[in-house]
Amino acid sequence: MNEPALAIRGLCKSFVLHAQGGVELRVLRDVTLEVRAGECVALEGRSGSGKSTLLKCIYGTYRANAGSIRVLGREVVGAPPRELLALRREALGYVSQFLRAVPRVPALDVVAEPLIERCGESAEALAAARRAAGQLLLRLRVPMRLWEVPPATFSGGEQQRVNIARALLEPRPVLLLDEPTAALDADNRATVVALIGELRRAGAAIVGIFHDARVRDAVATRVFDLERGR
Amino acid sequence: MSEAPILRAAGLAKRFGARLALAEVSLELWEGEVLAVVGESGSGKSTLLACLAGRMAPDAGTVEFRTRHEGWRDVHAMSEAARRLLERTDWGFVHQRPEDGLRMTVSAGANIGERLMALGARRYGWIRAQAAHWLAQVEMDAARLDESPLAFSGGMRQRLQIARNLVTRPRLVFMDEPTSGLDVSVQARLVDLLRGLVRRLSLAAIVVTHDLGVARLLAHRMMVLKDGRVVETGLTDQVLDDPHHPYTQQLVASALAP
Repeated sequence: MNEPALAIRGLCKSFVLHAQGGVELRVLRDVTLEVRAGECVALEGRSGSGKSTLLKCIYGTYRANAGSIRVLGREVVGAPPRELLALRREALGYVSQFLRAVPRVPALDVVAEPLIERCGESAEALAAARRAAGQLLLRLRVPMRLWEVPPATFSGGEQQRVNIARALLEPRPVLLLDEPTAALDADNRATVVALIGELRRAGAAIVGIFHDARVRDAVATRVFDLERGR
Repeated sequence: MSEAPILRAAGLAKRFGARLALAEVSLELWEGEVLAVVGESGSGKSTLLACLAGRMAPDAGTVEFRTRHEGWRDVHAMSEAARRLLERTDWGFVHQRPEDGLRMTVSAGANIGERLMALGARRYGWIRAQAAHWLAQVEMDAARLDESPLAFSGGMRQRLQIARNLVTRPRLVFMDEPTSGLDVSVQARLVDLLRGLVRRLSLAAIVVTHDLGVARLLAHRMMVLKDGRVVETGLTDQVLDDPHHPYTQQLVASALAP
């Protein structure tokens, strides 16, 4: 395992705001970071230091201006859309801060969607995907009576657990976590901490933002300060 | 998804008198991929769709479709008969106004069965069973098979138009503002339905929409048109969450919930 699962070199990301006269916000400057399988790196830095921006660059949502991001040796920066979609499918898990789900889709299918996309018209594969989703939701204490309900009406904590289940249902080699426990109570926080630990020990390379110091200390193997670049 | 695109266009241009409706538009679309074409009214989206679907001849450029048996074919160079056959089999076209895509004077079942009959299907029982199946696929009660679309709501008509298109299992569907004539609650249901269908049937689709929320939910990729030119392309989340072009930034900033 000499090759890092995630290798970021010289990454720069700025935003040009055309409505504000073309002002340029330089958020990430020359970020270099390597994360190996079995590591969990906690991103540190003031609000606005670019923690979420870094995660979004790794996922490819934000298009970097310069530098390189390699996931399992495959370049994210400048990757053609189809390659990036394939890389996400195969290698990248991302727990966003907020759940964005289709209005009418029940929670169980929101969670199972990454698997459902591959089921085609097979009813058996679909049933298996939903069973797996249900098991994870049980572990995250999302009650069965909510499974057939679209998550739009759920509480913040319930939505977040649906979001976590959706991203973790099929563990990816590189995992990005943006405040995965922010809206959770103590029991659920503990469950998510345990889940993250299991994934890490199983070989995931994890980068996350954890404002809760107890969570950070429980899951992180190392801290990376974005303002100091190490 | 397969290894080759099923549709490719290069250097498309179209003028209406002095007005440039389309310039230098190129794209590729793969099986199972949904591309949203967004832009304001007059940006050239519908002209692009009409050129891609062979309904309007571009002044310059080519559109090619990879057919099941004969490989790549130039959409604008093929015979009228060959193109009509494609339109009835491997392609679908969903109009903004369902009335433009349906025959309003015949029953729902006949609307769905028409494409099958045009392909030579004659067994009434089989055609009817197919119609019932596709009505169910768009979440409509098979009991309404014999009703006229005139008795249907706008949302039901739109679903019927979709069923009518899907009955021949097309590989590519063109959609022109498929949700924009509907109530918001009906829109959500239709977007969800379309999303399920394109995933399940591995459809390739080009969806013209001015609604960035619809693009977010349906499309893998986006193309932003302004004054007939492509100003930005990328994955849907890239274009919506990190728009680069001034025009895209303005579109995203002025949307309610992109």
